[in-house]
Amino acid sequence: MRAFAHLLERLAFTPARNAKLRLLRHYLQATPDPDRGHALAALTGDLKLRAVTPGLLRGLMADRVDAQLFALSYDFVGDLAETIALLWQTDRDEDVPLHQAVALLAQTGKAGLPAAIATMLDRLGPSQRLAFLKLATGNMRVGLSARMARIALAEMGDPDVADIEEIWHGLSPPYQPLFDWIAGGARPEQAARAPFRPVMLSTPVDLDQLRAFDPGDYMAEWKWDGIRVQAINDAGTRRLYTRTGEDIGDSFPDLVEALDFEGAVDGELLVRRGDAVAGFGDLQKRLGRKSVSRAMLDSHPAGLRVYDLMLWQGRDLRGLPLAQRRAVLDAATFENPRIDISPLLEFATWDDLAALRADPPAAVIEGVMIKRRDSAYVGGRPRGPWFKWKRDPMVVDAVLLYAQRGHGKRSGFYSDFTFGVWDGETLVPVGKAYFGFTDDELRELDRFVRQNTVDRFGPVRAVAPGLVLEVAFEGLNASARHKSGVAMRFPRISRIRWDKPVAEADRLDTLKAMIP
Amino acid sequence: MRADDILHPTEAGLYCPPGDFHIDPIRPVARALITHGHGDHARAGHGAVLATRQTLEIMAIRYGADFAGQRQVAEGAIRVGDTTVSFHPAGHILGSAQIAVQPDSGPRIVVSGDYCRRANPVCAPFQPVPCDVFVTEATFGLPVFRHPDPADEMARLLASMAEFPDRPHLIGAYALGKAQRVIALARQAGIDGPIAIHGALQRLSDYHVEQGIALGPLIPATAADVPAQLVIAPPSAFASAWVQRFRDPVIGFASGWMQVRARARQRGVELPLVISDHVDWPQVTATIRELAPAEVWITHGAEEGLMRWCALEGIPSRPLRLVGYEDEPE
Repeated sequence: MRAFAHLLERLAFTPARNAKLRLLRHYLQATPDPDRGHALAALTGDLKLRAVTPGLLRGLMADRVDAQLFALSYDFVGDLAETIALLWQTDRDEDVPLHQAVALLAQTGKAGLPAAIATMLDRLGPSQRLAFLKLATGNMRVGLSARMARIALAEMGDPDVADIEEIWHGLSPPYQPLFDWIAGGARPEQAARAPFRPVMLSTPVDLDQLRAFDPGDYMAEWKWDGIRVQAINDAGTRRLYTRTGEDIGDSFPDLVEALDFEGAVDGELLVRRGDAVAGFGDLQKRLGRKSVSRAMLDSHPAGLRVYDLMLWQGRDLRGLPLAQRRAVLDAATFENPRIDISPLLEFATWDDLAALRADPPAAVIEGVMIKRRDSAYVGGRPRGPWFKWKRDPMVVDAVLLYAQRGHGKRSGFYSDFTFGVWDGETLVPVGKAYFGFTDDELRELDRFVRQNTVDRFGPVRAVAPGLVLEVAFEGLNASARHKSGVAMRFPRISRIRWDKPVAEADRLDTLKAMIP
Repeated sequence: MRADDILHPTEAGLYCPPGDFHIDPIRPVARALITHGHGDHARAGHGAVLATRQTLEIMAIRYGADFAGQRQVAEGAIRVGDTTVSFHPAGHILGSAQIAVQPDSGPRIVVSGDYCRRANPVCAPFQPVPCDVFVTEATFGLPVFRHPDPADEMARLLASMAEFPDRPHLIGAYALGKAQRVIALARQAGIDGPIAIHGALQRLSDYHVEQGIALGPLIPATAADVPAQLVIAPPSAFASAWVQRFRDPVIGFASGWMQVRARARQRGVELPLVISDHVDWPQVTATIRELAPAEVWITHGAEEGLMRWCALEGIPSRPLRLVGYEDEPE
């Protein structure tokens, strides 16, 4: 567990994605089975262990440390597991195999757990104690997604990410067959029901590029601003996957219950109230929950808008041309009103489609999808058969207010910019952006920040209002958490307006009017 | 004479009426006794300064040769007013000393200044001095602070340099003491090649070498392209444009505070190295047990924790609440 503890510590302090991937890959390459599999599961949240409560841990300390010293220490450290890891007294520092720690947490009964945890802590040095306690409380918080874990696995051998995603849900910790496959062995048999299948992705396009193609070869439909999902019912086993193969069924039990068909369909997850589709902000409230309250199910009902069929009633349709798959889809009936079919758009010329795209019937539409009629369903992002033609981003002129120093390649540069708009006579922050500019522009922005600093808070500098940034973004949600009352989606700096006076920046009312 | 009459806190710092001197005063005074050369303890502009030869020389490097009206090297027992004072190694940085104050009648007080009990290649080890009142810091005065062996921390630095061979490793370390210690530890850990240092470390590092402390080949980290994977700089340099010359650096920081993750995060550090020149909890409590003073006075830091421990041990203690000393001075 020493190497695992070291990995956790490095991941917790390493902000850059590529550096995290390298740390994880090196760990997985150097660590024997089954420990590396348990570590992988711990990091991706797939390790199902008995959750140790804070109360149990506090009870362990009550017998060992003066209450007042414990309170002072906890107050300073701010994290219970870390406080205990630091306070625990032992002279031993054994390298306990991770699988032993996992077995202890998986198999010990409730009554014996406090003593078992204490015995384990007695064997460990401080960094392993912290790793063990994080494992026990199920709270890794090292900023590593399951997707990133699979990318690190893909970097270790021949199978690529899509290959790994496809079989991921048939596997369970400690993933011995997966590691064997990566090392050159046989591909694990996909034994699980309702496995994830690689999703077909599109590439961006614009009107000029489209003019090279015959509109008659293509179908078009609205691009919905929800979440792309693969919904499956495989002989009664139901799954709801994101396009990267995360199983998000737990967050959407209402929709999972509605999957009363036989097949695997490709569609958009949306929050729907009757015929109206709610904005992405409403859908976001349903994401990432392990359990959903009754009130949330009622106020934010999930729905599925289907646009393609991968498997249907026992047949794999992926090899068929899109037009044939669509014919099967159009003939299908979905009993449950939560599920409907994404309608096709009527157009004869690209200009017809441009007109539709410019004036969509709902705010939740973020452009159009254009797909070749003869395209087979191919996993990955093949260039050509499918295009996304997104609506133009919203833009706003905002004033630079704060800047924060970046990490890694941007070390020493002020590269994370908080900007605001006018609310009466004051500027209120409305968002933060850290890309959209070139390296040369970053140097100029960095210089501006250094020359116009009025206050410092750790790595953050407050900047005198003097620079207007044109900020592009994909949407705006009402937000109670932000002082301004709005939250931007995917903001980036589209232009630096060295020329524009600060007084001419946009006003908060203008932004609020953009909320759907 | 009661201990309070021999030494008590004033706005300028700890004052000794029978000797008419201050210890580590934070503003200019007529006569100052100075424990060590860190900027918050050793300030310029006093009438007379009594300190170890190395502390005086460090002050001259930092403030110029005329940093005080008179300068006296502390050697052996010295009469100051109606007291006898002596200086004893504190194990904190080069030249650092504890000051023992012995009035003609009354208790003996040892002001330890900042001190450390762990072996340090750049300074003499702490010397326990029997006393009635022990004046201690409590920078790391909580039981969560148990600093690891610095060799283990260097092993982590080496592992990171091997894991990311294409990334320069920039380690923040205070210019006096910590920087040279980190360099010396890196040499002990087997780094033989050039180590680059920020310009702010040059003169103080040269001085350590003059004092016979081997630091190996050091090159200036000022060129556009610095040919060394390990770079030592004062932490303040990381906020300056100086960092921009390094491509995708790993930023580290060598400090006792790095033991607590939230503190390391506040610093924006990617590689926290727990290396401290102060006593940690086991050291401070062991020192108090070893000296067994009648009373403990606590200058600055996390005094509540140490006072609680003293209370549990039955040792009278009181906080001096001295202001003006930083947690870990630059």
